[in-house]
Amino acid sequence: MGLIAREIERAGIPTLSMSSAWDVTFAVRPPRAVFVNFPLNHQTGKANDPRLQRQILVDALRAFELFWAPGMMLTLPYVWDPRDASWEEKDFGPGFELYGVGEAMQEGFAERKLGRAQA
Amino acid sequence: MPISYIQRTRERYADYPPYKWAVNTEAPWTPLLKPIKECRLALVSSGGFYLKSQPPFERDDTSYRAIPKDTDLKELRIYHHGYRDADADLDPNCVFPLDRLRELEAAGVVGALVDPAVTFVINYSHRKEIQERAPKIVAELRAAKADAALLVPV
Repeated sequence: MGLIAREIERAGIPTLSMSSAWDVTFAVRPPRAVFVNFPLNHQTGKANDPRLQRQILVDALRAFELFWAPGMMLTLPYVWDPRDASWEEKDFGPGFELYGVGEAMQEGFAERKLGRAQA
Repeated sequence: MPISYIQRTRERYADYPPYKWAVNTEAPWTPLLKPIKECRLALVSSGGFYLKSQPPFERDDTSYRAIPKDTDLKELRIYHHGYRDADADLDPNCVFPLDRLRELEAAGVVGALVDPAVTFVINYSHRKEIQERAPKIVAELRAAKADAALLVPV
């Protein structure tokens, strides 16, 4: 996505990327990025916590107006769990199952219907 | 502390040829000329979201899906090569914050939320991303008169 951000920016539209993978984003270097140190794919908050989601977005959008140099990345001050950082040892590490079922990676792409949890 | 996902990806896929991350030491720049509360802001996601009325993504494609801004998130599907989507399944707003951006638009924090939101699944070919997909997304954002874009990668 960082590559896409750079192309959109080059085309004249300012971009802000929301990252939860600091090293990947630093390498690809989108024009502006905010980093939220949450498990992958939770950059805009925890599920079913609209207040947190809204606050992260408000902070990100305020940062959007503050960036003044290409390639800047700002860390937003959010902590996933102040009492327990053990997710950092596990996220995407050995044995970490993608999809939550661990099968689809062997099968390649898979279609998944949202709302399984409610079904 | 930030996690080294590049290292973890290397370990996870040790049996495959190593993925070559793009490394850039400079970035392009277009100044944001007005405050966000006056901007038409576009949401762009690589989370593989699509509507059940749309064709799913395919392996290695460079297409995108236009998700109307008034979409009920329960209508979304995911088609992706790999992420733990249990929370996105519960509540897509944790990585595709369409509900929240509609609220911020209504509250005047965002000038206007661009219609549609744009989604895709990243391709492992840098060349295809830059030469094939990016121009399509730029064209869509221009047609929708986006002043600024919020990108949420997966």
